[in-house]
Amino acid sequence: MANTDFSIPRSSQSVISTNKVLKNTYLLLAATLGFSAFTAMISIALAVPSWMYLVSVIVAMLMGIFVLPRTANSSKGIGVIFLVTGLLGFGLGSILSMYLALPNGPQTVGLAFGGTAAIFLGLSGYALTSKRDFSFMGGFIFAGMMVVILAVVANLFLQMPALSLSISSAIILLMSGFILFDTSRIARGEETNYIMATYGIYLSIFNIFISLLQILGIMGDD
Amino acid sequence: MDLALKIAAAAVLVLMLFYLWPAYKHWQENGPKAEKGDWQAAILPLGAVAALVVLLILAVR
Repeated sequence: MANTDFSIPRSSQSVISTNKVLKNTYLLLAATLGFSAFTAMISIALAVPSWMYLVSVIVAMLMGIFVLPRTANSSKGIGVIFLVTGLLGFGLGSILSMYLALPNGPQTVGLAFGGTAAIFLGLSGYALTSKRDFSFMGGFIFAGMMVVILAVVANLFLQMPALSLSISSAIILLMSGFILFDTSRIARGEETNYIMATYGIYLSIFNIFISLLQILGIMGDD
Repeated sequence: MDLALKIAAAAVLVLMLFYLWPAYKHWQENGPKAEKGDWQAAILPLGAVAALVVLLILAVR
């Protein structure tokens, strides 16, 4: 008798669902990064002042805390994530204008961009191919993030270059940890919302780029 | 203007701390504990990231 059971076993369905979240996350990540680059170029062309960076980050953070989690389960979430990432890109443009005006600015920006891409691709590839569960890092990286936020608040007013350098270095390591943590959670099917997954990875990439830019700017005497 | 922006940014960052606190508590209490070799597997790529940053610094100096 011919086999008429065309149902997919539970484990296969789970794998298909996980792969779908992974694919959607990377597609949305590529689109939001592209959109950020576009808004950053607009910001550079308009020569937006540097205080715009702080305004963009404040508004984007508030939207990330209050609006995005409430809309992430509906189609509105796509619009919100493009708004948040577009805003961050626009703010980033004002910082990039400042760096590009420096003598070695274009080289610094290019190195920060290449370094960020290498870190993201390397860590994502490692997390996906090793198939390890990096969830054990959760408590450690969230605790580290809270300590770093306190240091950032202090340095907003203290403006110490050495503290700034330490914060940037810590952020690069913490965000690298977040990439491992988030990617392994998506790959293992623990994260099912691709909008929130994209937002997490986008923030890690954004923070690595900004921190790398700051480190290379300070160390390159710019 | 500048000081007002800094105060607003500090306020949002403190708000972020309150937002992160439940996530930290959740992962601290319910998150899986590291097994043998787990930290080694995490430190290896993080060490590579640190090495890459050092290389980039050398490139701009």
